[in-house]
Amino acid sequence: MTLTKADLADMLFEQVGLNKREAKDMVEAFFEEIRTSLEDGEIVKLSGFGNFELRQKSERPGRNPKTGEGIPITARRVVTFHASQKLKTTVEQTYAGSRK
Amino acid sequence: MTKSELIAKLAARFPQLVMKDAELSVKAILDAMTEKLAGGKRIEIRGFGSFSLNYRPPRLGRNPKTGEKVQVPEKYVPHFKAGKELRERVDI
Repeated sequence: MTLTKADLADMLFEQVGLNKREAKDMVEAFFEEIRTSLEDGEIVKLSGFGNFELRQKSERPGRNPKTGEGIPITARRVVTFHASQKLKTTVEQTYAGSRK
Repeated sequence: MTKSELIAKLAARFPQLVMKDAELSVKAILDAMTEKLAGGKRIEIRGFGSFSLNYRPPRLGRNPKTGEKVQVPEKYVPHFKAGKELRERVDI
């Protein structure tokens, strides 16, 4: 089952003891603070989890996959996520192990 | 922004809570996300993005020091795809 904001809010209610309203607002605020930081051009480093970084992409040629028509993909700024070594190791060990 | 700066910002948003609540919340959210990914499951945060695992097939690599060939086993790596709102707000 996919993890959603509602699941995270339930977890904060049960584990941290926030009330339902606070738990829901806390989850929303958590992601909003990360969005705001990135929007302001500041990368986000969550030690033990990973970094959200920004990349400036220049314009490149693209194609409309339906019509085959060539159209340029405009220059843009995009978010990239780099998992920490800790997250990568946990995923490799736990998930790879559970599949064998 | 670091994790401790994020905790401070959240604590400021919730004056009725103590700093410790913000700290525990951030840790609990990140732990829950790590655990879900480690279980091979997806995370979908509307307006922010989704996390999933990408498969990397086994390949023949090289030890850069000795030049020796080594078999690199298959593995799964975390992947993030930004959601619509994040994509639009970050693009300038």
